Amino acid sequence: MSISVEANKGELAPEEQKRLKADLHRSLRRNKIRASMLVAPLVIFIIVTFVAPIGNMLYRSVDDPLVSDFMPQTTAALEGWDEQQLPDEAIYAALAQDIIEGRKAKTIGKAAKRLNYEKSGMRSLIMGTSRKHKKIQAPYKESLVDIKKGWGDLDNWKVIKRLGASVTASYYINAFDMETSPEGEVSFVDPKEQIYLKLFWRTIWMSMLITGMTVLLGYPVSYLLASLPMKTANVLMILVLLPFWTSLLVRTSSWIAMLQAQGILNDLLVWFGIIADEARIQMIYNAIGTVVAMTHILLPFMILPLYSVMKTVPPSYLRAARSLGATPWTAFWQVYLPQTVPGISAGAILVFILSIGYYITPALVGGQSGQFIGNLIAYHMQGSLNWGLAAALGVMLLVLVLGIYGVYNRVVGTNSVKLG
Amino acid sequence: MANPASSEAYVRFDGVQKSYDGVNLVVKDLNVDIPRGEFLTMLGPSGSGKTTSLMMLAGFETATHGDIFLNGRSINNVAPHKRGIGMVFQNYALFPHMTVAENLAFPLQVRKMSRADVEEKVQRALDMVELGEFGNRRPAQLSGGQQQRVAVARALVFEPDLVLMDEPLGALDKNLREQMQYEIKHIHERLGVTVVYVTHDQSEALTMSNRVAVFEDGRIQQLAPPVELYEKPENAFVAQFIGENNKLTGKVDALADGICEVVLDSGDRVKALDVNTDGAGMATTLSLRPERVFLNPTEGQCQNMFSGKAEEVIYLGDHIRVRMNVCGHNDFIVKVPNSSDKKGLAEGDTIPVGWSIDDCRALDA
Amino acid sequence: MKKTLKLSTALVLGSLAVTTAAQAADSITVVSWGGAYTGSQRGAYSDPFTAKTGITVLDEDKSGNGLAGMRAQAEAGNGTWDVVDILEGGALTACDEGLVEEIDYNNDLDKGADGSMPLDDFVDGSLSGCFVPTIVYATLFAYNNTAFSGDVPKTIADVFDLKKFPGKRALEKIPGANLEWALVADGVPYDEVYDVLDTPEGVDRAFAKLDTIKDSVVWWDAGAQPPQLLADGEVTIASAYNGRIFNAQVVENQPFTIIWDGQMFELDGWVIPKNAPNKKAAMDYLRFSTTTQALADQAKYISYGPARKSSAPLISTHISTGVDMNPHMPTNPENFKTPIKKDAGFWADNGDDLSERFNAWLAQ
Repeated sequence: MSISVEANKGELAPEEQKRLKADLHRSLRRNKIRASMLVAPLVIFIIVTFVAPIGNMLYRSVDDPLVSDFMPQTTAALEGWDEQQLPDEAIYAALAQDIIEGRKAKTIGKAAKRLNYEKSGMRSLIMGTSRKHKKIQAPYKESLVDIKKGWGDLDNWKVIKRLGASVTASYYINAFDMETSPEGEVSFVDPKEQIYLKLFWRTIWMSMLITGMTVLLGYPVSYLLASLPMKTANVLMILVLLPFWTSLLVRTSSWIAMLQAQGILNDLLVWFGIIADEARIQMIYNAIGTVVAMTHILLPFMILPLYSVMKTVPPSYLRAARSLGATPWTAFWQVYLPQTVPGISAGAILVFILSIGYYITPALVGGQSGQFIGNLIAYHMQGSLNWGLAAALGVMLLVLVLGIYGVYNRVVGTNSVKLG
Repeated sequence: MANPASSEAYVRFDGVQKSYDGVNLVVKDLNVDIPRGEFLTMLGPSGSGKTTSLMMLAGFETATHGDIFLNGRSINNVAPHKRGIGMVFQNYALFPHMTVAENLAFPLQVRKMSRADVEEKVQRALDMVELGEFGNRRPAQLSGGQQQRVAVARALVFEPDLVLMDEPLGALDKNLREQMQYEIKHIHERLGVTVVYVTHDQSEALTMSNRVAVFEDGRIQQLAPPVELYEKPENAFVAQFIGENNKLTGKVDALADGICEVVLDSGDRVKALDVNTDGAGMATTLSLRPERVFLNPTEGQCQNMFSGKAEEVIYLGDHIRVRMNVCGHNDFIVKVPNSSDKKGLAEGDTIPVGWSIDDCRALDA
Repeated sequence: MKKTLKLSTALVLGSLAVTTAAQAADSITVVSWGGAYTGSQRGAYSDPFTAKTGITVLDEDKSGNGLAGMRAQAEAGNGTWDVVDILEGGALTACDEGLVEEIDYNNDLDKGADGSMPLDDFVDGSLSGCFVPTIVYATLFAYNNTAFSGDVPKTIADVFDLKKFPGKRALEKIPGANLEWALVADGVPYDEVYDVLDTPEGVDRAFAKLDTIKDSVVWWDAGAQPPQLLADGEVTIASAYNGRIFNAQVVENQPFTIIWDGQMFELDGWVIPKNAPNKKAAMDYLRFSTTTQALADQAKYISYGPARKSSAPLISTHISTGVDMNPHMPTNPENFKTPIKKDAGFWADNGDDLSERFNAWLAQ
């Protein structure tokens, strides 16, 4: 006993400790509440503008209620159907009910649209039937097949049954350039119709290329900025930031004027006799245009972190290296460059992640070979209105970015990322 | 011990000038010969041109005019990395992304030495600064003093004949600074390299150097061994800058046999050594070290005798510091050794003070 | 107590309703395509409407995403659009999905100036339930006169003939029109285009024909691009909306010539979203802007044909240049010899599939 007292010298008795902890807790609580109130607006903001939309996107990529909601009787009736032969009269009757009721409620179009994503022609099958609703009568099977012969096609029924489930993987299957056959087998679509995986891959490598270009172009500029006197550097910094204050469309249009076949650059090349007038180089409306315009637009995101990191590297390091016998090149390569790696990392992550989600610039100057996956997501959001597929592609892009970030973190380490 | 008396100059500044803006000269007509093996300190307040001179020697600044010779060869057009000069920087400039050993190996690797040689020399250099176990640490994991030693070791590891040090101890606290002063001094003595050292700290300069060049306004005011610098300052700036000094101003009245008689502003007459005056009738500054002033001098001990009033008495342990009003100057400092025969001097006491001619130097105004 | 509560609630709700109603009379939001087209609607419909009723018309240039916008507003249950300008195909889909109001044509619209009932007066088959067409516009080819000396392209087949008429082509980056034209260029008769395109072989055939010019195509996706590409000399022949070419020819004096052969015409017009906030004013606007005179007036501003037969005789001259508008109308008999009517139903059914195929083909 006396030994333990010895060992616990300086510590309080258990009941004293308890009281002390309670006191400590009480005294800290006020601060904690105050602190959480300070961050609350931001937390709420992030939940509303970031977490909720992403949650909604995840949800939409698998949520598929249209067919089961708007053709409820048909989907219920199809549950017991064996898919071997055409459904029986009861199921046709359910379909007739659904179409008549859905027509009244103006909801059958939504189910038709959803079915059409999966199989072309389903829309006209259903809408055509719905327009001739007056002709629908018992026996329904005969009447429906009479109105639209598609109702006698086993595959159409299989599609309806498959989409009757309210949760679907079909958007993802589609996003992976695959399709489900009427038999339910998943396989890649015909190579000439494959697009998404190809575009993902192209988006990644072009983003890497753009990131590499911004490093190559941004590094010397940042070095110049960091080594100039503050006053001159500030003026030059305005030039670097100028693109930020110019409308994206204006910048992109200027690139069109510069790079197009009858543009300034080609004119100069022809004028200097470097290329023939008939052999003008196509530098816009293709991958080159996308890379050039995006490199320009994203350059400040590389220069800013690089500059602020370079500012923190004292010139004495380079001098030390020189005095130790290193040539200017060795001093740069072995001493200066490694210390600016955090800036390169930060800039590279910024530029890469920004560019992987770009779509306006590729749409304007990318032609066919300079399109990004973002263009297709935008297309499905605004053009085809296939929001489920857009969401699935968005989720894939998100996972891809997180995955690349994870690999990057492993290789480079995020603690070596520095914004200044 | 190196031989500072070696006649041939290893480093020579010959009429070197430096201007950054084409209007003002930062370094005005610098002429110094540094013999091989010397420890020369450039001492001066900031902006006096000492660091610029060092940077010109290292090759990071170019001389606007004049030549710098190293071992008899003009190095004006030699790139810094080809000069073979070791350098210790103010904040050490240890490469943060390399370990201590990698830092030390750097100058050897750029010289393409074999791996075995590199390892051996690095280890020897680490042992020299007593950091043998620290090779795998990063600079940030070392204390200030340890970093400083690494920096010294790195500047020496490739065995340069000349090492430059730019205020290397500026970032250390007082105790460590003093300890490092001795360490650097000992390393210098052991290796016999030539060292050019820049500092604004006079005790550092006095402790370590063979010779000290006192810089002010782009010029060397005096270049001399520490003892001479303190005992025999040649102008008022040096007298004031090095050590503590009582400054009395007046006019030269008469000159004879190297001794001048000076009438102080208060009207008192003082005899002093004529070191650097402009002749009779001209203004002069008298320099007198506080420890060379006697209180209650015995008759005949001092040629100069006045009465002083103690304004402030501060007990400092090893000595007592008295601020007095003497000859109209009330910032006249006297240092009294704390001997056993304590004279109970109190504030307000008026007592005789005196000093000898040899301790009082008449300098420029 | 309970009674008072009920009463006060009713009062509050009532006053709210009154305020909304009062606001409703102030302004309506009309969604359209922007640019010169919205300008023409402003001149012919909106300004006169405001002058007559005192209701302000607010323009929103969102028709490019009209269907997406209406669907989003329906999902959110919070409508801000009162009248939306949309293509026939989009209107069909919106109607099927119940996003827009059904129109009782003979009651909701005015009779023609010649006394004909609306159902007889509008372009045949265009009053499909929810949609009220206002214009007939054409997507067609035009070339820069400076590009060709001697022979000039006159047919769709010429457009696809790179040997005879060298130079790049500008095409819209959608499958619509391009596939039809490819088949026409490949020898399919105009009236069989959609029958052929409805078969897998027909689609392959169309893409195979497009393959022959793919490397020479600059793809556009905004209506302002093709006149610019033609003017810059980037392309020699471009597909474009006829109104844009008219504008370049007449207002900007560009040396462009339209190839009327194979013009793809389609209808564009109004729908009223189900959750339009000011429905009554919206219906008034619909009636006002689709009279014989209003539709004929619009043709003063832009070279799109009125969707009412009774408007044709009233077409006059261009408002700023005084050019006779008749020769520039896609519906003018001289220009209307070999048109293709864009089949909205076909595209509603096959648009998703063909777009995917088209995008994949582009990416190859």
